Amino acid sequence: MIWLGIDTANSPLSVAIVKDDVVLIEESSMMKINHSLRAMPAVEEACRKADITPSEIDAIAVSEGPGSYTGVRIGVTIAKTLAWTLDKPLYGVSSLKALALNGQLFNGLVCSVIDARRSNVYAGVYRAKGTELVSVLEDQHCPVVQLLEKLKECEEAVLFVGEDVKLYESIIREHLGKQAYIAPFALNVPRASSAISLAQSANQPEIVHTFTPQYKRITEAEANLMKKGSSHE
Amino acid sequence: MEKDQYILGIETSCDETAASIVKNGTEIISSIVSSQIQQQKQFGGVVPEIASRLHVEQITLVIQEALNEAKLVPSDLVAVTVTEGPGLVGALLIGINAAKAFAFANQLPLIGVHHIAGHVYANQLIHEMEFPLLALIVSGGHTELVVMKSHGSFELIGETRDDAAGEAYDKVARVLGLPYPGGPQVDQLALMSDESIDFPRAWLEKDSYDFSFSGLKSAVINYKHNIEQKGGKINHDHVAAGFQQSVVEVLTVKTVKAAKEYDVKQVIAAGGVAANQGLRKSLTAAFEKEGIPFYVPPISLCTDNAAMIAAAGYEMWKSGVRSDSSMNGRPGMPLKSWN
Ligand SMILES: [Zn+2]
Repeated sequence: MIWLGIDTANSPLSVAIVKDDVVLIEESSMMKINHSLRAMPAVEEACRKADITPSEIDAIAVSEGPGSYTGVRIGVTIAKTLAWTLDKPLYGVSSLKALALNGQLFNGLVCSVIDARRSNVYAGVYRAKGTELVSVLEDQHCPVVQLLEKLKECEEAVLFVGEDVKLYESIIREHLGKQAYIAPFALNVPRASSAISLAQSANQPEIVHTFTPQYKRITEAEANLMKKGSSHE
Repeated sequence: MEKDQYILGIETSCDETAASIVKNGTEIISSIVSSQIQQQKQFGGVVPEIASRLHVEQITLVIQEALNEAKLVPSDLVAVTVTEGPGLVGALLIGINAAKAFAFANQLPLIGVHHIAGHVYANQLIHEMEFPLLALIVSGGHTELVVMKSHGSFELIGETRDDAAGEAYDKVARVLGLPYPGGPQVDQLALMSDESIDFPRAWLEKDSYDFSFSGLKSAVINYKHNIEQKGGKINHDHVAAGFQQSVVEVLTVKTVKAAKEYDVKQVIAAGGVAANQGLRKSLTAAFEKEGIPFYVPPISLCTDNAAMIAAAGYEMWKSGVRSDSSMNGRPGMPLKSWN
């Protein structure tokens, strides 16, 4: 069974091919390169290096967000187009859960963080249970302070994972003190093989045509429209 | 007999998700257009982020439908063509990445097409192009006069210095309180009107083929203010008619002048505003008088569609033009010749 995994949900890029539970190839890059320039070439390169033709791919896993709107759309568009035209099952997995998998062995809670600007974050909180990650706080878009208050109430050790954690390191330490652990840099790299591993434990593949990113946030235009609507009432 | 060549076209530069299959560059086998007008209407215009989100929802469905309607499978195709620019970058990227993935999965060549080249080549689906040719491209984002000496050769001889013609239409529609998209409604009001307000024409320098519509737009706004300050009310039909006459006259006179100067064999109009009834009538009458063949595609091929991208893409494919999988969306892509 050959899996292709793609994660472009945030500025890092990761592409992996897993064959019968062996990571044949994985390319992860934290360089801030436009995903439109790099994503599809990385998929092609991975296939070429792994000596796999497109039709040999048996299943596709993609990080469905949340994260950068454009980034997540590029990954999802590539994944759903491949899955549709190759007629192979498609699995969307949470970008936060895939990232949290890097902290799977931590004894406590794992909080994956993606910056959403203006002191807001996308965050998910998980706990390792055997080989599974169980969600403790649902993936969400929220002010970082609100996230930290909730974590404080848990009174448990929390490992923060993700490249963007460093933007909030001081405020994390301020709120959580010794409760907080910041992951070493090697654990901040999102890995497409993690997306594949999560996809393998999913029950149902996605309906390819209607599959869309999990933005976890409405657009500004929609928010304004709702505001206008409610002020008329 | 040579084998028929089928090209897939994909277009997502603005608020239309479109896919099409064109045979031998001239015959539409299928053309699917999923418009976002209904969803975008509530925002009074195209919201780029929403356009991108909707493209992701539609893209594979639309391509599938294009193949189904054509009763073809990917292995029947010779190339995948897609709008590379100009347009909304987030919207372009959906079509581009779908095209790349489709091309890779089916081992087909990928070709990035300029949106305006597409609009020009929409005419190739109706009537064979003859060179030299003059194209007037008028849309929400463009007002350009282009001379073509052969396939794939574009010489820009005039363009707008401020607003595009379609933009001016939409702005005037807003002044008249018409809902989005207002351009076609201005056209409707103008056609029904028996009288018109006299608005200025922007001819610019004597030899210039450039256009300017922002002064006209301001004149309409000032006219409305003046009347309303005196406690009066403007007549929408008369304003629409006056505005339309000014736009149409400038476009017609400059296009006729250019056609004569460049001694072209054929004049074509393209782009969303080429669907405007007033403009079509005026250009048709003017070129009939001059004895120069004039063509404008049916309205479904004037507004954004993917058949035009496949038609232009076919000529690029024949000329050996290829893109690679690092193609980016190019919001400000210039119109360049490939021949
Ligand atoms: Zn257009």
